[in-house]
Amino acid sequence: MNRIQSHLNKDKKLLSIYFTAGYPNLGDTVPILQSLEANGVDMVEIGLPFSDPLADGPTIQASSTQALKNGMTTQKLFQQLQGIREKITIPLIIMGYFNPVLQYGVEDFCKKCHEIGVDGLILPDLPLAEYQEHYQEIFEKYGLVNVFLITPQTSNERIREIDSASNGFIYMVSSASVTGAKKGFGKDQINYFERISKMNLKNPQIVGFGISNAQSFATATKNANGAIIGSAFIKMLSTKGIEGIPEFVKDLR
Amino acid sequence: MDNKAHPLNSFNVNEKGYYGDFGGAYIPEMLYPNVEELRQNYLSVMQEEAFQKEFQQLLNEYVGRPTPLYFAKRLSEKHNTKIYLKREDLCHTGAHKVNNTIGQILMAKRLGKDRIIAETGAGQHGVATATVCALMGLECIVYMGEIDIKRQAPNVARMKMLGATVVPASSGSKTLKDATNEAIRDWINNPTNTHYIIGSVVGPHPYPDMVARFQSVISKEIKNQLQVKENREAPDYVVACVGGGSNAAGAYYHYLDNPKVGIIAVEAAGKGVNSGESAATSALGKMGIIHGSKTLLMQTHDGQITEPYSISAGLDYPGVGPMHAHLYASGRAQFIAITDEAAMQAGLELCKLEGIIPAIETSHALAVFETKKFKKDDVVVINLSGRGDKDLNTYIDYFNF
Ligand SMILES: Cc1ncc(COP(=O)(O)O)c(C=O)c1O
Repeated sequence: MNRIQSHLNKDKKLLSIYFTAGYPNLGDTVPILQSLEANGVDMVEIGLPFSDPLADGPTIQASSTQALKNGMTTQKLFQQLQGIREKITIPLIIMGYFNPVLQYGVEDFCKKCHEIGVDGLILPDLPLAEYQEHYQEIFEKYGLVNVFLITPQTSNERIREIDSASNGFIYMVSSASVTGAKKGFGKDQINYFERISKMNLKNPQIVGFGISNAQSFATATKNANGAIIGSAFIKMLSTKGIEGIPEFVKDLR
Repeated sequence: MDNKAHPLNSFNVNEKGYYGDFGGAYIPEMLYPNVEELRQNYLSVMQEEAFQKEFQQLLNEYVGRPTPLYFAKRLSEKHNTKIYLKREDLCHTGAHKVNNTIGQILMAKRLGKDRIIAETGAGQHGVATATVCALMGLECIVYMGEIDIKRQAPNVARMKMLGATVVPASSGSKTLKDATNEAIRDWINNPTNTHYIIGSVVGPHPYPDMVARFQSVISKEIKNQLQVKENREAPDYVVACVGGGSNAAGAYYHYLDNPKVGIIAVEAAGKGVNSGESAATSALGKMGIIHGSKTLLMQTHDGQITEPYSISAGLDYPGVGPMHAHLYASGRAQFIAITDEAAMQAGLELCKLEGIIPAIETSHALAVFETKKFKKDDVVVINLSGRGDKDLNTYIDYFNF
């Protein structure tokens, strides 16, 4: 069992936070991780910033641009994360776009993640077929979990395919949209949450995109095993900084 | 348009969506249903007789095809070779872009979509998209970089007159790449009723192949026209400018597998290939992923996409279509980079020698004679991809007319 699977086995609903590495300040990565764990967050997605984040809304776009300006690079992030497993124990996932990984070298990237103690990757623009044909072996060699996305438009057949290719969790994109905090969920989303829950997938499901507060967290996790908060956390960071983390997390559940 | 399956080992796309090592569909799952729907249907829709008939009829009667293949006598004398100009500038809306938008609007209708989105750089593709949306009565939203909105103002006005909504892209370099990002985000946000009309042979499979097929009418006509004029179907060289590469793909298409035809691709060097202000992707790029396609890409060591520069909005793109990446990597095509200055001079030369004001994109192709000498009896076809009306302000500022 990998670290992600063992954390997901707990009874309580998992709370995961996404943030962009290098934002608001270049050196904030490790302090943010430590504060998140100290305040009871169960898992973290560390965003590797990219110049052209196609699937992201304005908040994450802006944080990525700022992080790159601050000097964040793949190498820098790996340097910052060196020794992180002496400091925190919750599962860590790197989330980013495929091109920076490709340029670093997929095998080198996976090897480095393994050495550091990163548990998995979410690369939205690395599609299932490409992954299976070219990269699955490498991911498995280094014990990395690859997380796939599904959306309300994903067919049941494809969801089954993704379920059988997954070994950590399935990232349920809450609605047809790019990332960005919205105000709660409507009927369509709730139907979708229920439909997926009835499929009895072998992998747990974690909902992301559009979750911003206790209410949307509760709705999203009524059926699913957990939820991910990104843009709302980044907005909080840009006004309150790291000191705002305890209150932000406490208000969520 | 050619609907036959591609022969093996050709320079066309394979069944997995690749040209050699380039291509594929590197898209987030949110786009998968739309792109997959298109992939499964595009060939069969294009093969329908009714589709063919409507497409041909619109190309003939609405776009004004076939466009002339014009022997440029004075330009030929000047450069001491036989130069033919394929007059895509005479298409309705002023550039080759409309060949593709006619095809894609018919495709969108067959797929039951009633909302059209597009990106545009020079504004030619935006105008061509707004035009066909007006023709078919469909909603049209065009994303355009803030910088391009300023330098191509006449085309912005045209799109608005045609009923389109023009949305400024204000992220990143505020040019074509960013307009494309915004269009893709719109498509993610509108997953069922919307078709994205991509304006070049870029993006995830099947776009590069579909757009190339719609543009392939250019070389189909060149073949017939050269047969009449020169008693041969194939020229010695075919020359085109490459932004994303759609006019080039169309001009090369029927010659790709004929090794006797020299293929020349002209990219924008901007202020010089090594000036740091350039859009010469083949010279400066490495394999990477942009807009869902694995291709040659201008990027940092760390895999961040770099901001290109060219005086020409239509060539100001940090990638090329995967077909062109393969033509470059395989050595099938010769790639040349032309500076702003050389392009502007070549554009002016065409005005003075032939009475044709070309688009600045096209002026880059016309500057091929700067770097390459042809034999006296070589037949050189240059794809005159567009006319210069939209660029008058840039010409005026550059030459102080
Ligand atoms: C006249 C003209 N030529 C060429 C281009 C470049 O596009 P492509 O390389 O796809 O032909 C453009 C793009 O806007 C254009 O307007």
